[in-house]
Amino acid sequence: MQRNSLEKILIGITFLSLMASLYAIFFYAPLEATMGLVQKVWYFHLASAWVTFLAYAVVFVAGILYLSRKKRCFDILGYSSAGIGVVFNTLVLVTGSIWAKPIWGTWWTWDSRLSTTLILWLMYIAYLMLRTSSGEDSKGARLAAVFGIVAFIDVPIVYMSIRWWRTIHPLVFKSKGTEVDPAMLTTLLISLVAFTLLYLCLLRQRIALEHLKDELERVKEKIRR
Amino acid sequence: MNLNFFKKIGLIVWKDIIVEFRTKDLFSAMFLFSLLVVVIFNFAFAPGTENVSQLAPGILWVAFTFAGVLGLNRSFVFEKDSGSLQGLMLSPVDRGVIYLGKMIGNIIFIFLVELVSLPLFAVFFNLSLFHLIPRLALVLLVSTVGFASAGTLLAAISVNTKAREVLLPILLFPIIIPVIIGAVKSTGNILEGKPLVETLSWLKLLTAFDIIFIIVSFLVFEYVVEE
Repeated sequence: MQRNSLEKILIGITFLSLMASLYAIFFYAPLEATMGLVQKVWYFHLASAWVTFLAYAVVFVAGILYLSRKKRCFDILGYSSAGIGVVFNTLVLVTGSIWAKPIWGTWWTWDSRLSTTLILWLMYIAYLMLRTSSGEDSKGARLAAVFGIVAFIDVPIVYMSIRWWRTIHPLVFKSKGTEVDPAMLTTLLISLVAFTLLYLCLLRQRIALEHLKDELERVKEKIRR
Repeated sequence: MNLNFFKKIGLIVWKDIIVEFRTKDLFSAMFLFSLLVVVIFNFAFAPGTENVSQLAPGILWVAFTFAGVLGLNRSFVFEKDSGSLQGLMLSPVDRGVIYLGKMIGNIIFIFLVELVSLPLFAVFFNLSLFHLIPRLALVLLVSTVGFASAGTLLAAISVNTKAREVLLPILLFPIIIPVIIGAVKSTGNILEGKPLVETLSWLKLLTAFDIIFIIVSFLVFEYVVEE
């Protein structure tokens, strides 16, 4: 795979910012008074959640663009972004559980945010399954684009309905408006930037890979003739 | 042929009804299936008199959801296999009209199955719900519209893939979570004899889901069936 200089710079910056965020998390940000060391997972947890949402939003926009313009590049963009989104979505669920076990005393609770994240995960796993079982041609791209749009529109409704469903039961964990230490906030911001860059990096690689696959198909066709 | 919008929809619905009336296989399969789910849940949970009102709405909606998926799948697999989907495409109607027609057909079938299952359900779980039937019917209808509006679109998607029927529940269930929650909560409220006002916010949510999904599906359906 050829890499142009812009890509090399992107990879370089991503690597540096990830290192910086790791450093900030373990050496710069203070230890949380009550939660202790496990609170440090919060930085990557929130950053992953942000990237998950960003990735799925990109799937949504790419879907609309694909249906209106019918260009292969938008299909590739949506498909690649969905795959990366699922990876980060899994990270959100895993890091969340790691944090929840010592703090809440349980790996999982059917809280509205947790449930919505899980349903998001299921939706986009379904998106990937749809994409693999509908083939690489334009039909598969159309079907996936439609599902990507419908799923994204559904997310706020799912979130709202689960919240209402929960409010009828007693709320176990209320989110308090606690003040965040400025050093912690800085660390979080560094993590957010690092993860966003990581997303862009992975997306770039993924798109390049899909283009290479297309290229391979073309070459195969040529040889066959 | 210069038919107006609603007449075109009506013709597609009528076609589905005639086909179903001649074979009756879809209706009987869905009905028996929902009955079987109720029987299985009875043995799985053994609902007694003290917890039946808590379990009943959930069992009812699991039965309707699975039976509904069966119906949704049939509605497109049948069209695709007999090549009549192609015929529908060739007819001089908008793709959105085909969607609305198929959706209304699905609503009618699923709603009928639900209405017929309801008395049996009451008998099996020893619930006296005959005076509640108008309210329950309202909840059933609003929920079924939501279920069928998303379901018809996703059934059309899954029938066009290699996995076909297998894919529909995987695509559909995460999307219709709000409908399931709303339907179970409203049914529960009604079975507990709470006034309709308490169910109103759920009915609003379900209606919002219905409207959003009918509009979105109407707009994107042409991309699903495009050849």
